[in-house]
Amino acid sequence: MLLQSTMSITVQALLFARYAELVGADRLTLSLPDGVRAGDAVSHLRRQHQADGLPPRVLLAVNGRQAAPERVLEDGDELAILPPLAGG
Amino acid sequence: MYLTHQPINLAVLIAQVSRADHGAIATFTGAVRDSHAGRKVSALSYSSYESMAEHECAGIVRETEAKWPVRVALMHRLGDLAIGDVAVAVSVASAHRDDAFVACRWVIDQVKARVPIWKRETYADGTVAWVDPTAPGGIVMSRPDAEASRG
Repeated sequence: MLLQSTMSITVQALLFARYAELVGADRLTLSLPDGVRAGDAVSHLRRQHQADGLPPRVLLAVNGRQAAPERVLEDGDELAILPPLAGG
Repeated sequence: MYLTHQPINLAVLIAQVSRADHGAIATFTGAVRDSHAGRKVSALSYSSYESMAEHECAGIVRETEAKWPVRVALMHRLGDLAIGDVAVAVSVASAHRDDAFVACRWVIDQVKARVPIWKRETYADGTVAWVDPTAPGGIVMSRPDAEASRG
């Protein structure tokens, strides 16, 4: 590709339970490059928000539905990073 | 609505699924146990990604009612619970008991596998842990300085 996009998107990252405790916040606004994937957004979070305690593989949801790390994010998406489920 | 911060009323769930041609009603209740991973539990708190949890619960009910000739009621409690409190309840009605038992078991297994809910246990010695079925021993200790950020 000759031209790299300089557009950026804004994504709301939601953290729950132990992950909110690890990061010290339950909601972060991330500014990310256009075309970013959900897994890359988590890597960004690890680097930029002292979230290196997050395990290498985490459960993800985009806009309330489970999503793969390869899922391409769009402006305004809500990216949830889910600890191992423990309901019931 | 499948989540509540109020005590779960089993009679309401059973009434939701009762019908004249349904002769069998199987009801599962999960209650707060006083021990976990060899520790004495004194209190427990559930939190959730509520919008996704409601969607997943609705999907579980819909799928169950498509797989078996049953009617399903489901409720999971959130917030602070005491020992013995009902945390989750499933009520399944069908014409005969076989479908009700099988579908009831399937619903609670799906809830545990799919619904984004987390459990934070406080032990009698004052320590606190997150329940994590994937962790050795089933728990991950909470940071002692993290009270302000608990989700």
